[in-house]
Amino acid sequence: MRVRIRFSKRGKLRWISHRDVARVWERALRRAEVPVAYSEGFSPRPRLSFGLALPTGAESVAEYLDVDLDGEATLSPPTLSSALPSGMEVGGTAPLEPSDSSLQHAVVACDWQITLPEGPADDAARRFLEAPSVVVTRERKGHQVTDDIRPSVLDLEVRRPGAGGPVLACRLATQLDGQPRGLRPAELITALGFDPAAARMLRTHQWIVRDGAWCEPVPAVDAPARQGACDIRRDPTLNGTDLGGPDLREPRPDTHPAAAGLRAPLSTGLRAPLSTGLRPGG
Amino acid sequence: MSCLWPRIEPLLARVQKPARYIGCEGGARVAAWGPSKVAWLLTYPDAYEVGLPNQGLQILYEILNERPDAVAERTYAPWPDMEALMRRDGVPLFSVDGHRPAGEFDVLAFNLSAELVYTNVLNCIDLAGMEVRAERRRDSDPLIMAGGHCTYNPEPLADYVDAFVIGDGEEAVGEITDVLRDWKASGRGPGSRRAVLGELAAVPGVYVPSLYDVAYDGPRLLGVTPRHPGVPDRVEKRTIADLGAWPYPRHQLVPLTEVVHDRLNVEVFRGCTRGCRFCQAGMITRPVRERPAEQVRRMISDGLAATGYDEVALTSLSTADYSGIQDVVGGVINDPTCSGQVAVSLPSLRVDAFTVGIASEIQKVRRTGLTFAPEGGTWRMRQVINKLIREEDIYGAVDSAFSQGWQRVKLYFLIGLPTETDEDVLGIGELARNCARVGRAHGGRVTVTASVGGFVPKPQTPFQWFGQETVPGLTGKVNLLRDATRRDRGVNLRWHDARASLAEGIASRGDRRIGPVIEEVWRRGGTFQEWSEHFDLGLWEDAMASAGLSLEWYVHRDRDEDEVLPWDHISAGLHRDFLWQDWQDALAAAGVPDCRWTPCYDCGACTGYGLEHVVASAVPPAGGSQGTGVDLSSGHVVPVRLLDRARA
Repeated sequence: MRVRIRFSKRGKLRWISHRDVARVWERALRRAEVPVAYSEGFSPRPRLSFGLALPTGAESVAEYLDVDLDGEATLSPPTLSSALPSGMEVGGTAPLEPSDSSLQHAVVACDWQITLPEGPADDAARRFLEAPSVVVTRERKGHQVTDDIRPSVLDLEVRRPGAGGPVLACRLATQLDGQPRGLRPAELITALGFDPAAARMLRTHQWIVRDGAWCEPVPAVDAPARQGACDIRRDPTLNGTDLGGPDLREPRPDTHPAAAGLRAPLSTGLRAPLSTGLRPGG
Repeated sequence: MSCLWPRIEPLLARVQKPARYIGCEGGARVAAWGPSKVAWLLTYPDAYEVGLPNQGLQILYEILNERPDAVAERTYAPWPDMEALMRRDGVPLFSVDGHRPAGEFDVLAFNLSAELVYTNVLNCIDLAGMEVRAERRRDSDPLIMAGGHCTYNPEPLADYVDAFVIGDGEEAVGEITDVLRDWKASGRGPGSRRAVLGELAAVPGVYVPSLYDVAYDGPRLLGVTPRHPGVPDRVEKRTIADLGAWPYPRHQLVPLTEVVHDRLNVEVFRGCTRGCRFCQAGMITRPVRERPAEQVRRMISDGLAATGYDEVALTSLSTADYSGIQDVVGGVINDPTCSGQVAVSLPSLRVDAFTVGIASEIQKVRRTGLTFAPEGGTWRMRQVINKLIREEDIYGAVDSAFSQGWQRVKLYFLIGLPTETDEDVLGIGELARNCARVGRAHGGRVTVTASVGGFVPKPQTPFQWFGQETVPGLTGKVNLLRDATRRDRGVNLRWHDARASLAEGIASRGDRRIGPVIEEVWRRGGTFQEWSEHFDLGLWEDAMASAGLSLEWYVHRDRDEDEVLPWDHISAGLHRDFLWQDWQDALAAAGVPDCRWTPCYDCGACTGYGLEHVVASAVPPAGGSQGTGVDLSSGHVVPVRLLDRARA
């Protein structure tokens, strides 16, 4: 059977790479005595598949991996969390159907909260949103390519939480016309005229489409039933400036500096309070 | 106690591999700080991914943190990109555990595993905010100490390190902590530094270089002699008698990012009596002390469960010689909780079919490559270096490996050895060629890689008197070998940079006058000299020239029997006449078998300390030539001259 695990990566652990996270998980699953299936062949490896890489240096409360199990097993989030290093915590698990597609294919967009250094973020964001196209040259697979990144920005908003710099809340598409041509948060930050190395990034959500509705791949624990985490407000269309998915205008209080000082109520009820059961990042 | 993390974190987005600086490893635990606790900063002066796995450092880290009167944190040399940002922003060297500034510790203890890290030692002291020269440091500064194999010639760093610890550290760190606790309690006031160094010099195994005078006659060293009564003429190394009393590390550190040797490591014995004459480790760690098999098994099963590793390395200088090897290996392989997914690795394979048999038993999964170290290309050469492996052993091992599914075999060799001729060098190619032929008989595409390194003579070995080969000499030999193997199918030749061997040679057998050379190389930016992208021989040659020192004198000349060597006041327990006789035997191409299973040669390592080899078996493990050069199982006449020596 396959199980999808939702986890966070916070605090100092934000500095480990995507590959490091994979190694950490291999060891954690062995420590937790999870019966992971191994690949065949000369060098058997545990069958784990990770979703979209989180940039080194970014934090997240919405990371996922799929684990192939050797037979049936029930995974307990607290047991898994105790096998992980402090700063990584399991927020929920869900069995996968054979028809479920991989994270790489299923995730259509990610939400980010990005704390920027002090600067004219509002103007930059407004100009960006008003522009019909924003063409940048960026690196993909070792080549310089020129792309219009404007269609990949599904939503963008600047908040002033008080202390600290402006906070960019944004939804970035991970696919465009069905192709895996996502926009990395660092590329958006650069396009807005800021230094990505001075920004602090938190991935708050990843979104998939199930039965025409946006939902999270695995709701966080304590969340309502699976569909409860979905928003059926509208069909997602990822073209142009149409904002797909749930409203991200209601910020979620958490321990990330991007959210420090925010006291907005969790009014919509559309999203599970992700901070429940999560250790604060350090 | 301050934490520098808020100043460190903004730098991390701008450096390669930021995970080097965060700590957070599995198993990392630091005792609470306290005003009466001695705070140690254990420092590995090379990159995090090289230093983190170091078992010596991890052992001391645990032992110290278990003491009620000590706390230990760790640090590693910041990579140049990080160092530049730290210097720009005024961030000092910090611990990776608590991110505390180095200056808040009572002692910075360096692990010296290789000579080319010496410039990094100075860089770390400087980054910690201290003067690099010991005499200029303030009473309130932390003490700078060092341990590890390179301390068997401490002289090149004698003006920079306050105290060296020679030999096993398990017991010594406790005794040093006792001394430092009182120093700390006294408030580390004016004059206290000199006093505490005097007390440290009274701890067995501790060498305080500032308490010794050095006299020269021209280039010749006359002696290193204590300046005060009570300071030992000769500092004897520390040796723990029973490895079983020290089952460390109990909680091996599990890094979050990629490091070398990223696996569970269990030390199965310490010491080696094979007697390879080029091998400093084998000479200075005698006698052999095995860990009880039951303890090894427990350390493996507990370690795998706690770390989540799927690979365990049984470490020692020659693991196939461990008495309990088959039982231990079988235990891991057949343990149902390992479910067939645990790989066992033997980092130092003996060259014979028996060893390959064990390897094939344990590497049921991931059978990629096997490495053997014949070291010399001809039997004559191997007698000179006392690596008594017959050609039949090598071909037997390789045949066994290829027949059991391995496709790649790597052979390690040294060039620039004493008495070496072109024939010996070409013998390396001949061996590799024959090994590839053996492999082709089994079908498939086999590769044999011959890896060739330039020999650097080391202190406290029989070759300490030998003049090191020059760079052109080494390069010529590599070229000779390259031409000879160019057309050989399945043979790859790899070689190490001969220039790095020269720099290593300067630091390896230098006296105190080499200190300013190291300092000059460091001042001109020569850090991370172990790394080819940073290594710069020109810096070393320039520094030698500006100090008026001769490469010929320090590196390339043979030493006389009666010459005072810079490390003569440091004792690894080996009698000087034993080493000299072994050197003469080497020149005569006469081998001596392993003393575990033959009468004693009175090298001094056991008798001098009232110790004995701790082995579970009085007979050699089965098969192969066991380093005697003959097949013991078939009772050949031993072609080795058994030396007529004074027996203890």
